[in-house]
Amino acid sequence: MSAKQNILNKLRKSLTGTTPVPDNFDEVLVTEPWTYTPEQRIPQLRKLMEAVHTEIHLSTEQGWPALLAQLVTDRQLPSLLIAPTTAHGQKVSEHWAQNPGLPALKAYDRPVEAWKAELFNDTPASLTTTLGAIAATGSLIMWPTQEEPRLMSLVPPVHFALLKASEIRDNFYQVQREMNWTAGMPTNALLVSGPSKTADIEQVLAYGAHGPKDLIVLILEDA
Amino acid sequence: MSASTLIPTVAVEEDFRERAHEALGDKQLRNNFRSAMDSLMTKRAVAFSDAHEREHLRALGNAIRARALSKLPDLLERLEANLTRNGVQVHWAETVDEANQIVMSIARRRAAKQVIKGKSMVSEEMEMNHVLGAQGIECLESDMGEYIVQLDNEKPSHIIMPAIHKNAGQVADLFHEKLGVEYTKDVDQLIQIGRRVLRQKFFEADIGVSGVNFAVAETGTLLLVENEGNGRMSTTVPPVHIAVTGIEKVVENLRDVVPLVSLLTRSALGQPITTYVNMISGPRKPGELDGPEEVHLVLLDNGRSQAFADSELRQTLNCIRCGACMNHCPVYTRIGGHAYGEVYPGPIGAIITPHMVGLNKVPDHPSASSLCGACGEVCPVKIPIPALLRRLREENVKAPDTVPRIMRGQGSKYSRKERLIWNMWAKLNSSPALYRTFLKAATRLRALTPSKVGPWTQNHSAPKPAARSLHDMAREHLAKKSGETR
Repeated sequence: MSAKQNILNKLRKSLTGTTPVPDNFDEVLVTEPWTYTPEQRIPQLRKLMEAVHTEIHLSTEQGWPALLAQLVTDRQLPSLLIAPTTAHGQKVSEHWAQNPGLPALKAYDRPVEAWKAELFNDTPASLTTTLGAIAATGSLIMWPTQEEPRLMSLVPPVHFALLKASEIRDNFYQVQREMNWTAGMPTNALLVSGPSKTADIEQVLAYGAHGPKDLIVLILEDA
Repeated sequence: MSASTLIPTVAVEEDFRERAHEALGDKQLRNNFRSAMDSLMTKRAVAFSDAHEREHLRALGNAIRARALSKLPDLLERLEANLTRNGVQVHWAETVDEANQIVMSIARRRAAKQVIKGKSMVSEEMEMNHVLGAQGIECLESDMGEYIVQLDNEKPSHIIMPAIHKNAGQVADLFHEKLGVEYTKDVDQLIQIGRRVLRQKFFEADIGVSGVNFAVAETGTLLLVENEGNGRMSTTVPPVHIAVTGIEKVVENLRDVVPLVSLLTRSALGQPITTYVNMISGPRKPGELDGPEEVHLVLLDNGRSQAFADSELRQTLNCIRCGACMNHCPVYTRIGGHAYGEVYPGPIGAIITPHMVGLNKVPDHPSASSLCGACGEVCPVKIPIPALLRRLREENVKAPDTVPRIMRGQGSKYSRKERLIWNMWAKLNSSPALYRTFLKAATRLRALTPSKVGPWTQNHSAPKPAARSLHDMAREHLAKKSGETR
């Protein structure tokens, strides 16, 4: 008999004569303590994300490309990886076109195998969007796509993330329900709550372990 | 680093008591653990500042795990069906050997030379580094703590903080010696050294291996929590991802992970959430530009079905591997993780390891506890650890041929002499005539009691029966009293 059958047979035999424990999931426990007014959401998110070294800027639908350009320039980043085919990618391209002399824009437009070395060694920063955020835990929600693949928010040492204020939700339970996650999960779904960190040496907190060293969130207050 | 240098691990004493004794004499080790555990306890307490919220959430966590276990075989089949539909290949292994064979056959088919590992305690059960290394495949840890202990040919001493037994100076020496880098005790610099070395390894690796924190049956999703990003790297960069996990890690619904993740990260590190919560539901789809071409899940039994068979011991499998029980354990804090000599140390190790390796191989584990109860009080899924420790102590002294057989290696501490003495003691205390005779003898012959009684008198004065028994005095007192009232 196969390992699978052996294991399942053993487990089934052990459950003979028992009835399954009923599902008494009380959603109040994971929603009520983690509910906020609209005015509280940004400050709550900010407090938690800044506590773990996330840089947060408030901006607008109109003004964020200029702010991004400023931040990229201030940090002397030689290039920025974007998704040119997305709406926000187009905005970046337009702003860059109107302002010559800004750092080079790069696109993640081919399979990683075609440019892995460049991604790892010569891609200092990236910009991706988010599906929203969770105020309760200070987390960005990301579902990587064909335009913004998984490694785009992971390998470059500096990660810029766009967040619409209207898409900040209260808690993870609400996110799952309102966005109907059980209807179909993507290849990869992520909650990101800061730059990469570790406390593995003597419990001393150090940032920039394996993922981005800097996470910079642009919150679009009017979007 | 060549694969062969990864094989040897530091030789440790065979006997738990000797190892514990040795650890107790190591001042540096005790300081490192004391300060780390104090800090972790404080962080957890702060993260659960509302006791009301905490207790309700623990009850919910317990109910979710109990529900999952109460339909475990069905959920495992549902998980497999949904993962398969998503394109994940599911494998089943009864033993660690079978699990290693599965991993080896994937590695051979892919002609893999390098494997990079995210954190996985199940791969420690399998001794995967050793097994792959013996086949000429480099298997490198990428969690900073795991990397440090692997570099020093050690095993993790804590399930969440593998290198907690070392201080920065010891890591500085290690990196300087093994990596040839300039000596630095600066933790930021040490982490950047690790980042540089491992980034290259992520880049080169043929296979990434990870554990699983929760496997969601409803959606066919593997959920991993981590702070460093090595878990995301291991599961996204290499062309093949192999997740290894125990059969108990499945939960029924996606919503079940909401309270469980909160309980896990707050109990383990006092964090509201980890930096990354990574939910994987399949390999790279057509049109996607990265992610592994193949994703495999290896479901390992390794003694878990034995714990499952007994409704009390089954609660061991509630565990979500947060490590809070060890952080709060006075024994673990004093002897450290290596003294246990097995993959899982501390209170959870004491109750899960006997199912994995046989009680006879770890006969002292259930006794490595003062039964103070801290582990049970902090457990986020309310495993009654002290009760299970007592239960294993009973299994330990049962006659080995007692049926039904509850566990492998049961009765390893059985002694006919001890059993005879206890039987006599029971008889003595349950027969009034015998008891009276015994009392008379003990009080009259009290002068004859020895002044040295084994190890007891190393630290205590020898017990000596009183001249008159309590029964005698009580009887006299009552007689007097009834005389007065008359």
